[in-house]
Amino acid sequence: MKIKLLLSTLALAAMPAVALAQEATPSFDEIGPYIMTTLLFCMAGFLVFFMAAGFAMLEGGLVRSKNVTMQMTKNIALYSVAAIMYWLIGFNLMYPGDFNGYVGSFFVPTVLDPVGVSAADAALDYASIGSDFFFQLVFVAATASIVSGALAERIKLWPFLAFVVILTGVMYPISGSWQWGGGWLSEAGFSDFAGSTVVHSVGGWAALAGAIILGPRLGKYSKEGKVTPMPGSNLALATLGTFILWLGWFGFNGGSQLAMGTVGDVSDVSRIFANTNMAAAAGAITALIMTQLLYKKPDLTMVLNGALAGLVSITAEPLAPTLFGALWIGSVGGVIVVLAVPLLDKLKIDDVVGAIPVHLFAGIWGTIAVVFYNTDAALGTQLLGIAAYGVFTFVGALIVWVILKAVVGIRVSEEDELIGLDKAELGMEAYPEFANS
Amino acid sequence: MKLIIAAIKPFKLEEVREALTTLGVRGMMVTEIKGFGSQSGHTEIYRGAEYAVNFVPKVKLELVVADGMADQVVETIQTTAKTDKIGDGKIFVLDVNQAVRVRTGETNDDAL
Repeated sequence: MKIKLLLSTLALAAMPAVALAQEATPSFDEIGPYIMTTLLFCMAGFLVFFMAAGFAMLEGGLVRSKNVTMQMTKNIALYSVAAIMYWLIGFNLMYPGDFNGYVGSFFVPTVLDPVGVSAADAALDYASIGSDFFFQLVFVAATASIVSGALAERIKLWPFLAFVVILTGVMYPISGSWQWGGGWLSEAGFSDFAGSTVVHSVGGWAALAGAIILGPRLGKYSKEGKVTPMPGSNLALATLGTFILWLGWFGFNGGSQLAMGTVGDVSDVSRIFANTNMAAAAGAITALIMTQLLYKKPDLTMVLNGALAGLVSITAEPLAPTLFGALWIGSVGGVIVVLAVPLLDKLKIDDVVGAIPVHLFAGIWGTIAVVFYNTDAALGTQLLGIAAYGVFTFVGALIVWVILKAVVGIRVSEEDELIGLDKAELGMEAYPEFANS
Repeated sequence: MKLIIAAIKPFKLEEVREALTTLGVRGMMVTEIKGFGSQSGHTEIYRGAEYAVNFVPKVKLELVVADGMADQVVETIQTTAKTDKIGDGKIFVLDVNQAVRVRTGETNDDAL
């Protein structure tokens, strides 16, 4: 009885407020797109966030067991560094609004919408700042993950994280602003839907510069140029990681539609999911068949790389192609990986997980492939964009790596490398054989 | 007492254990090992690079039996682990000076 009374009193008290709110509330036509797009950014952001787990498992499976704890440490640390740097500098450097088209303003930390923002104060033509910031920040984390895989098993923890600070706070946001921030490349007509170049090639270029400066793992290449394979410790984890990345990619590409408020937009998001999936499948099958033909036995690690290369290939234009288009674009990505992995070995560039073939080479291919289905894109402009990102990121990363090498050193000692980074740098093994029980 | 060390193909372990138990063997030690013999190694390809696999996986049995039983045990292992293909393994027999059962302190044949 008392509760009933209380409830009715509450309801009475609330009535005027409800009536007022109804007067001030805009129609669903006005706020619907904002709500739907914000939802898209949140859901896609969760998926792309989970790619951090995918990278961690892929890398954990492809390094040797003596370096697994270190690889996991790097993965959770780099994600967290990226999250903080993107708030502090990155987000507003990448999306500065009106700017000169080359570099926005530094040190403008991100500020969220106020609590309970009203429709009148919200960006109704887009999405909430929180969802936009979160969605963009998980992309920069993916870029940093690419670097950690290539440089695994020999780089010191802290210099690596120092590089991640520069990459995620400064380098990626500056070059990203050229395209997604409305800078000079976007003015020039460059097209990169979800980031074959802006995200994946950038990670690949940074990884390539790092792998060159850091040098190969001890014993990887003999003086006569023979390659000594160093098989990964757990191919089940590597496969799980690949499937997680594949799942995450639906958010990566689908969320990059950047709108879900109309029939056309929501349908496009689903179209992107289907194309993204097709490209991955085509990349995997291509690598499976190619390794069977070239080496007489299929190589699972190459099939995993092939699926990822298919995904990177379709990322620059996941919307326009037909399903058949996605199939052949992804398939070429698979070919690139199978040919590029031994090629890097010939050049004595040691890339532990195949990050450079997958993210850089397939990223370049995907950026070129835009012209086949997107009639607004021109080959010349695509090549200009590829070159601009390549020069800026590769040279920039090279400089940062050289400075880090000279000032603090980036490589563990020979002895530490042989013992394994888990014992030498962390004193903690991923798989302790004789634990106290 | 004799220590019998046998390196055999891993998939033969269960069959050998069963045959030895039937014979009256009451215990053995088993280790997963790698090694090479006449079978030598072979080559594999990982991510496009060929490499030699010099050691192949085997299972090592170690069991100590009374002198009178040793020949029978060796013969049983030999006939059971045999596949007629290269890489079937080796058997070694050594003398043992002493054996002690930890729980009771019994020694030698009584400890087996």
